[in-house]
Amino acid sequence: MVMRIGRVELRVMDMDRSIDFYTNVLGLEIVGRSKNQAYFKAWDEYDHHSLILTAADAPGLASFGLKVANNDELASLEKRVEQFGLPTKRVSKGERLGEGEYIRFELPTGHQCELYYDIERVGTKVGVLNPDPWPDNLSGIAPHRLDHIAITGEDVNHATRFFTDVLNFGQSEKIVAGENGELELASFLFAKNGGKPHDIAFVKGPNNMFNHVGFYVDSWEQVLRAADITTKNNVPSALTPQRHGITRGLTTYFFDPNGNCNEAFSHGYITYPDFPTITWTEDNFDTAMLYHYRKQPEAIVNGTV
Amino acid sequence: MAKYKITVKNYESAIYECREEQDLLGQAILARVPFSVACRSGGCGICKIKVIDGRYQRGICSKKTLPDEERENNYSLACKTYPKSDMVISVENIRR
Repeated sequence: MVMRIGRVELRVMDMDRSIDFYTNVLGLEIVGRSKNQAYFKAWDEYDHHSLILTAADAPGLASFGLKVANNDELASLEKRVEQFGLPTKRVSKGERLGEGEYIRFELPTGHQCELYYDIERVGTKVGVLNPDPWPDNLSGIAPHRLDHIAITGEDVNHATRFFTDVLNFGQSEKIVAGENGELELASFLFAKNGGKPHDIAFVKGPNNMFNHVGFYVDSWEQVLRAADITTKNNVPSALTPQRHGITRGLTTYFFDPNGNCNEAFSHGYITYPDFPTITWTEDNFDTAMLYHYRKQPEAIVNGTV
Repeated sequence: MAKYKITVKNYESAIYECREEQDLLGQAILARVPFSVACRSGGCGICKIKVIDGRYQRGICSKKTLPDEERENNYSLACKTYPKSDMVISVENIRR
């Protein structure tokens, strides 16, 4: 069983400015550095890192990792991925800081996906014994956790099949077209024992492209504050605070110094494995995405990298 | 700080001003020249221009959206282009 999306690796062109942005504006904690990489975690996360920045000559998603419940699950999922026809590779411990062995494969949409269980646990500053509700000295937006990613691919139906049939994800919502609503334009997929409305969203578009990474904040007030912080720091905005139709989440979008789109995301319902999939029709695409704005935001559409 | 005249050749010959520490896109937006805009960080490439005349400095831009070959042919991303003289440019993606 996959527990959640546990880590995201982004390509960055300007490492110094990116470290400053992710530390002081987004407000993550830097936990490690190597020659070409920087590692971060949100304050409410226990594992060594949830975000890796990798030096590159273009922005985008280098890889993302799904954390599974234990190493037996890892072995069994490895087989299922192979049976689906995707070649897998075992990457040994020590390739990255804090990480143990993991499995890597390419999704039908061209994205690099990892499955892992072993990662160093560093804990949180508030600890697990009589903890305070939040630690002192947070800076910037300071989200609780990595929440989800949105990526594009040509065949969303096929991506959905892989995640539901092989990785046992649930589908919380979808946007469909076609006479019988069989063509998926977008698909929202969640790890079944997680409860979030999405860990991964696929939107129909070119293969191997990255739309955004979402980080969780816990109120509408915090979404507004996130937008305040981006303006104060002269960070390019992609979308002012809004509500999604899908997930009912509250949101604001902005860009990191390389053009990787970030989202501060809040609320959204809790979902369960026995919930039905919610369907939106093509004519309601814009309402589904942004319930008030009801059009496609130019910056988010054009900002896919 | 020097202030330069930027002429946009393919949009009603719009002319606006830009200082050498300012990027061409930011001042175009203030001057209501309808560039397509997204990341404003040298990543997405939507604000691509061709420089027809003039000197400029370029900040870090994605090699995926602005490959070396285009750099050699005087293409740039307006959000990371800083003028060093008066410039004449054309915009690849005019916003309709």
